[in-house]
Amino acid sequence: MNAAVAIDRASVGWLGLLIGAVAALPWYAVGAFGESALVLGFADRPWLLPVVGLALALAGLAARTRDWRRHPALLPLVTAAQAIFLLQAFAIGLNGPALPLVGQIFPTAQAGQTGMGAGAFLAGVALLGLLSDGLAARGFCRGERFASACVIVIVALLALFVFFPILKLGAAAFTDENGALAFGPCIERVTVRNLWGLACFTSRLSCGVVINTIQLGLLSATLATALGLALALLVARTDFRFKRVLRALSILPIITPPFVVGVAIIVLFGRSGVLTQFGAELFDVRPGRWVYGLPGILMAQVLAFTPVTFLVLLGTLEAINPTLEEASKTLGARPLRTFSTVTWPLLRPGIAATFLLAFIESLADFGNPIVLGGGYDVLSTRIFFAVVGARYDLGNAATLAMILLALTLIAFRAQTRWLGRANYVTVTGKSDAGLVAPVPPMLKLVAVAVVLPFAAFVVAVYASVLLGGFVTDIGRLDMTPTFDHIRTAFSFELEAEGLRLYGSARDSMMTTLWVSALSAPLTMAIGILTAWLVARQDFAGRRAFEFGTMLSFAIPGTVVGISCVAAFNVPPVDMTGTMIILVISVVFRNMPVGMRAGIAALAQIDRSMEEASQTMGAGGAQTLGRVVLPPIRPAIFTALVYSFVTAMTAVSAVIFLVSARHNMATAHIMGRVENGEYALAIAYSAVLMIVMAICVALIQLVVGKRQLGRRTALTAAAQPAE
Amino acid sequence: MKDTTQGTDLAIEFVGVVKRFGDAVAVDGIDLSIRRGELVTFLGPSGCGKTTSLRLIAGLDLPSAGHLRIAGRDVSRDPASERNVGMVFQSYALFPHVSVLDNVAYGPVIRGVKKAEARAKARGILDQIGLGGLHDRLPAELSGGQQQRVAVARAIAQQPDVILFDEPLSNVDAKLRRKVRSEIRALQQEFGLTAVYVTHDQEEALAVSDRIVVMDKGRIAQVGTPEDLYERPASAFIANFIGDANLIEGRVAAGRFTAAGLDVPLPGADGPASVSIRPERIALDATADGPARVAGATYLGSRMENAVALGGTELLVSRPISEPRLETGQTVALRIDTGGVTRLS
Ligand SMILES: Nc1ncnc2c1ncn2[C@@H]1O[C@H](COP(=O)(O)OP(=O)(O)O)[C@@H](O)[C@H]1O
Ligand SMILES: [Mg+2]
Repeated sequence: MNAAVAIDRASVGWLGLLIGAVAALPWYAVGAFGESALVLGFADRPWLLPVVGLALALAGLAARTRDWRRHPALLPLVTAAQAIFLLQAFAIGLNGPALPLVGQIFPTAQAGQTGMGAGAFLAGVALLGLLSDGLAARGFCRGERFASACVIVIVALLALFVFFPILKLGAAAFTDENGALAFGPCIERVTVRNLWGLACFTSRLSCGVVINTIQLGLLSATLATALGLALALLVARTDFRFKRVLRALSILPIITPPFVVGVAIIVLFGRSGVLTQFGAELFDVRPGRWVYGLPGILMAQVLAFTPVTFLVLLGTLEAINPTLEEASKTLGARPLRTFSTVTWPLLRPGIAATFLLAFIESLADFGNPIVLGGGYDVLSTRIFFAVVGARYDLGNAATLAMILLALTLIAFRAQTRWLGRANYVTVTGKSDAGLVAPVPPMLKLVAVAVVLPFAAFVVAVYASVLLGGFVTDIGRLDMTPTFDHIRTAFSFELEAEGLRLYGSARDSMMTTLWVSALSAPLTMAIGILTAWLVARQDFAGRRAFEFGTMLSFAIPGTVVGISCVAAFNVPPVDMTGTMIILVISVVFRNMPVGMRAGIAALAQIDRSMEEASQTMGAGGAQTLGRVVLPPIRPAIFTALVYSFVTAMTAVSAVIFLVSARHNMATAHIMGRVENGEYALAIAYSAVLMIVMAICVALIQLVVGKRQLGRRTALTAAAQPAE
Repeated sequence: MKDTTQGTDLAIEFVGVVKRFGDAVAVDGIDLSIRRGELVTFLGPSGCGKTTSLRLIAGLDLPSAGHLRIAGRDVSRDPASERNVGMVFQSYALFPHVSVLDNVAYGPVIRGVKKAEARAKARGILDQIGLGGLHDRLPAELSGGQQQRVAVARAIAQQPDVILFDEPLSNVDAKLRRKVRSEIRALQQEFGLTAVYVTHDQEEALAVSDRIVVMDKGRIAQVGTPEDLYERPASAFIANFIGDANLIEGRVAAGRFTAAGLDVPLPGADGPASVSIRPERIALDATADGPARVAGATYLGSRMENAVALGGTELLVSRPISEPRLETGQTVALRIDTGGVTRLS
């Protein structure tokens, strides 16, 4: 009965950890060794004693019952301990009791309590471990302990870092300046004119910020979807000569730092922009500021989203079974008729889903509106300005964030419905049988006519980025080559101890590299485990689990950022201003990258192989390590590098979480843009892009070309809404 | 179907086992005991719950209700990794990235045997099973038949309490099936394994099993030796599913069963009854002018099948090829072997 002994060792381990955490380790973040829950509980904090008591009760259970994992009292004891643990943490805050009643029961609670320390943290972890063990003993996850632990841990992480902050933010929307519950201010904030005003449709005045956001989203999604469709048709259904170039284009948004497209557009089309000057001379008109506002943001967003819509639509097109089109052709239909009666109806659901995807991205976009907005406010920028700068108004930011979240969730709901209904797309997995029907010539002409200007625009933008960092001032057309900007940002010296960086961008660059390096493996680990749970495990509530993860991906980055501010700058979990919060927010923003990679990779591994491993005595972790992961190592490596690269360009969530000590590259660049130091911003961006391009090239070397194409498609489509 | 053997002798016990998937009931209350060293086959039409029952034994699914004991221990809530059950998958499920030898050594290594020792053991089993010399190949470099033997070797190497086969012949060439199934049977007896074997092919089941469990819609329809099931089917479903059968409705009175044109001795209570008569238990006598008329003939190489009309019902009769051919329309007399008439419940 080897197995039975091993069971006990694991759960006894959790129990030992729990006892140690409540009896010996410091309960609070600010506290000495020995200031444990046990000691403090008997001193002047009696509310800590119930958790200690329940821990001892669990120990008693373990000592007295042989098969204590299956004892009916285990789960009630564990859940009671967890409930009390959470209750005391939230009922008594930094400044004392949250409710007057608590203060009456525990007079000493007036002094308040600080954030959780090692003891509280490990006690929480141990209780989760015991919970997952106890549930597995009841048949949760088919009794598989590792899978059960993964479910519990991921649910706990999502609850703590995604849903709890959102709830907290929701609560902040319903409080007044003094932090008291009040509906008045909320109603006031929601109904103000500058949210819903429609003046822009009838006059030269601007519309409300919600109207702006929706207007921008609709326009941007329409244009990006149309362009993406033109590109996808050219690549999948014509003999267009530059297909490879178009495919390569799809990698651009991954390695493009935010702001940089905005800056490039200013450099090209701003009042003193290269093209503006050129045009002004040509047509003899006065250069204007037309690019600031809707036109500029729209240009930048279309540029950023088109590669994504292109990839998704390309996937849809390639999944259409060519035999259907062939059948139509053999029945004598002409190309245009085949297209309009067969191809188009099959494409339609994909187009709708793509449109909604782009719409959601546009709602969430922060980098472009902040650079190019001018007087054109959207929700994401308005949220930012509500908490950054002189007027710190969390209530207002929270209300706006809730509106943004509601818009996003409506679009998300529509999207899942469309995707759900899209199953009449003839997805066969194998589309290489038969010849695809080329699009009608007229359509090809239209597509080329649309794509060429777009391609020229992309080239101009990226050329000015790469050039701008290395000339004196591209904004004023001073094209003298120089390394000054790079030197300002990244000057370094080689000393005895090695390389030393001095430049102004040094700190943010180092933090960015650290955050990316720390978050990439975590992103992958959590993503792959989540994919594994969703694809391969069978547990009560799996549907809800899947939906919860999907939902967490849909939350706009700005909302995530502001919600983290609302949730984590006070106990029990206070960690704003630390690097941990940056890493965590990046991990959860990028989780889709890891998860999609995991799902794609798992599809290559026959499920019965895992089951064979299990019947031979391997637990979930061993099966993953020995059977599932080794054959998909290249896919994991690729996704790891992409997580790293994506982390480097994260902006919308981290912009709220950076601090003087831990600044990030994107935030630093934004600072430069705000100061009008475009050349510096561009130089820094160029360096970032080069670093990222090297990373991507590395994959190409290591993993090989073939897989890159596929993986790119996956990761680009899986980019979180920023 | 009470099992009289003592607990220690039982390898597997199902006690009221139910498995639901959402609203669908895949296994609907199974009670069954399997003795040590026995090869038991789960037989039934597709979707009747055979694979699910097998997965319940392996622990790849856990029962929604009821209990399952393996070697006397209640394992109803134990995951697959904490049971000791070997399984040969329909797709073989060999690990593609490691050698044949390491595939077979996987179980022992996982259970804590040192790598060198586990490999030595794996080598022994591979040699014994006739795969010596293929140790260092990858699974993809083997033929289908070899892959299957590796899968069997891998399941044996972990010295399982029970070994499970899910339709092991479904990916084997039709010509090789007879050979492979007798190999499996020989190995099972050689290693003294308790085995559960799933198939939907009644001939295969009859050939390999000590006992057969016929399943229908998630329930057990009948359990018995191959002979029991063939000679004494309990219901029309079994009679039809195993071999061919003539099902006839009639009455029993005073120890005789009578139906349109038919009158055979059949002990038992008086009243309406339905019986099954195997086609090979009916002989046709062309020399006597009987009540039956030949309605058709099918030449099957090894035997001859005739359809015979008798008072409104049509009987299927299987005859040795050596007997004289019969003309359609010819009248014949029937001689029914009374041992081949089974009353159905
Ligand atoms: N994982 C599952 N989820 C839902 N239904 C299932 C699952 N596995 C089996 N079933 C259903 O249970 C029934 C029995 O299936 P199975 O045991 O595979 O049948 P058999 O192996 O006898 O063909 C079928 O109706 C099947 O659809
Ligand atoms: Mg089956």
